Amino acid sequence: MRIGAAKQTYAADEALFDTTVQRAWLIGLFALLAVFPFMAGPYWVYMACLVAINIASATGLNILTGYTGLVSLGQAAFMGVGAYTVAWLEVNVGTPLPLNLILGGVVAGLAGMVVGVPSLRVKGLYLAIATIAASVILHFVFSHWTAVTGGVSGLTMPPGSLFGLTLDEPHELYWVIVPVTVLMVFGAANLFRTRIGRAFIAIRDRDISAEVLGIRLLRFKLLSFALSSFYAGVAGGLWVYFFRVVTPESFPLVMSIFFLAAIIVGGMGSILGAILGAAFMTMVPEALKLVVGWMSPWVPDAVALLSPVRTIVFGGLIVLFLIFEPQGLAEVWRRVRRFFHLWPFKT
Amino acid sequence: MDWLFLAEVSLAGIGAGGLYALTGLAFVLIYKATRVVNLAIGEILMLGGYVFFGFAAGLALPTWLAILLTLAVAGLFGGVVERLLIRPMLGESPISVFMLTIGLGSILVGVVELLWGANPLQLPDYMPNTPLFIGEAYVSAKVATAFAVAAVTVVAFLLLFRFWRGGVALRATAGDQAAAYSMGIDVPRVFSLAWVIACITAAASGMLVGAIGGISPTMGVFGLSVLVVVIVGGLDSVLGAMVAGLFIGLLEALTGAFLGGEFKMLATFTLLVAVLVVRPYGLFGTHEIERL
Repeated sequence: MRIGAAKQTYAADEALFDTTVQRAWLIGLFALLAVFPFMAGPYWVYMACLVAINIASATGLNILTGYTGLVSLGQAAFMGVGAYTVAWLEVNVGTPLPLNLILGGVVAGLAGMVVGVPSLRVKGLYLAIATIAASVILHFVFSHWTAVTGGVSGLTMPPGSLFGLTLDEPHELYWVIVPVTVLMVFGAANLFRTRIGRAFIAIRDRDISAEVLGIRLLRFKLLSFALSSFYAGVAGGLWVYFFRVVTPESFPLVMSIFFLAAIIVGGMGSILGAILGAAFMTMVPEALKLVVGWMSPWVPDAVALLSPVRTIVFGGLIVLFLIFEPQGLAEVWRRVRRFFHLWPFKT
Repeated sequence: MDWLFLAEVSLAGIGAGGLYALTGLAFVLIYKATRVVNLAIGEILMLGGYVFFGFAAGLALPTWLAILLTLAVAGLFGGVVERLLIRPMLGESPISVFMLTIGLGSILVGVVELLWGANPLQLPDYMPNTPLFIGEAYVSAKVATAFAVAAVTVVAFLLLFRFWRGGVALRATAGDQAAAYSMGIDVPRVFSLAWVIACITAAASGMLVGAIGGISPTMGVFGLSVLVVVIVGGLDSVLGAMVAGLFIGLLEALTGAFLGGEFKMLATFTLLVAVLVVRPYGLFGTHEIERL
C-alpha cells in the first residue's frame, strides 16, 4: 500500500516518475526489454518489433490528436513518406542508418506541415477529411512518381547496416527499433512538460482561448503536425528497414484508421495510452489467428473466416471502447493500479 | 474534340451524380438532425445492396417485395443503430462519434464478408436494359433509371421536409435543439427518425448502385466520394448535396474518360482541398460563428 508522495518543489511535482517504486519498475521494464530477444522465440521478437514500430507512430498521432485536438487520418501516409525516403536514400545514396531515419522523419514532417496548413481555417471533422484528401493525394504520388518511388512495384532495398553489422533478422533489428521507440516515447512524454507541449494542450482545450492567451495558433498547429509526422516518418523508416520493401499499397487509409483506433482504445491524450493501445491493437489480430488455429479441427475452413472476423473485431473494439471505456486502456490501468495502492483497506 | 463522346460521358457522369446526390442527402439528413458525421454511410449503402441481393437472389422473392423488404430492414437497422450506438454517445465529442461510425462501418464490412463472401456479386436484373438515346447520345438505361429514381426521391424528400409534420419537426430540431424541445417536439424521436429515413435512403441508393456496377464488400468506397460531395456542398445543406453531387459525378466521369480512371480520386480530393481552403464550410453550408 502507498499513501502518497509528498512533493516539496515544483520540479518534483513535474517529474515524469515521482517515486522510487516507479523508477524501480521502470528499470525492471528496461531489463526485461534487454533480455527479451534472448529469451523469446523468433516469432515473439518479430511481433515485438512490429509493436514497437506501431507504438512510435501511435505516439506521434497522439501528439497531434490526443494532445492538440487535431484529428488526422493521414498518419499512415506520412509513414509512407518516411518509408519511401529511407528506402530511396538506402538504394540510391547509401547514407548511414541513423541519418536515413532522421531524414525520413524530417521529410515526413515537412509533408505534414504542408497538410497542416488548412488546419488554421478548418477544424474538427473538416480537418479529418482534409487529411483523408492528403493521404489520397500522397497515395497517388507514391504510385505515379515512378522515377523516385518505383511506381506500383515500389522500392526494394538491401538490409540496413549499423557499425558494420548487417541487420537483416528481427532479433538484430530489435536493437535498433526498440531503443529508437523508447527514445521517441520519452521525447513525447517530456514534450508535455515544456512550454510547447502546454501550448498544444491549451489549443486542444479551446483554441480561441489559447489564441487570446497569446499562443500563436498557426505556428503551434503546424508544429504539432510536423512533430506528429516526424514520428510517423521515423516509424515508417523503421518499418521499411524491417520489411525491406515498400509499395503504394503498404500504407492504406485503413492503417491510418488503425492508428486512430489504437489511440482511442489506449486512451487519447495519454502517453501510456498510445503504448497500450498500439500494443493491444497489434496483438489482437495475432490472438485471433491463434484462436482460429485452435478451432480449425472443428470449424470447416476456419482460415477463410479469419479476415472478416478480424474486420468485425477491429470495428467492434472501437465501438465498445468508445461507448463503455472512453478513457481507454490507460484508465483501466489506472484503476488496477489504484486498487493495489489502496489494498487491503479499500477493495 | 468529339462532341458526341463528351455528351455521352457527361450524361453518364450526371447519372452517377444523381446517386451521389441521393446518398449525400442521407448523410446531410443525419448531420442536420443529430450533428453526427456518419462515415459508415458507404457501408450502409453496401448493406442495402447485399440485403436486396439476399432477398431477390437468395430467397428468390419477386423484385417489388425484395425492394420493400430491403427498405424495411434498412429502416429497422437505422433505428437500432441510433438507439444502441448513437444515443449513448450524446454529448460526447464529435470526434468520438465520428470514430464510432468508422467502427460501425468496419463491422458491417466484416459481417457482409462473413455472410456473402469477399467476391463481387451481380444483382439480378430488375431495371430495363434497352439502350436509350437522348438526341444522338447513348445513355445506359440503368443509369437513366437510377437517375430518375434518385431525382424522384430527392423531390419527394424536399416535399416531405416542407409539408409533413415529421419533416417540420426535423427542420426545427436542426435549427435549435433546445428551442424545438421546449416547443414540445420529441427530439430523441426526431433523432431516431432521421437515422431511419437516412438508412432507408442509403439502402435505396445501394440497390441502384449495385444494379449498375454490381455489389462487393469494398463498395463502401462509394462513401468516400459521397464524403467529398457533402463537404464540397456544405455538411448541412440539402441543396449543396444535390449541386455538389451532380458536379462531382460530372467531374469524375470527365477525368475518368480523358485522363484515366486512377485520376478520379485525385481530381475529387484536390477539389475538396481547394474548397476547404477557400470556403471551409462548403459552398452552401452554414458558416458557424464560434463564441467563447
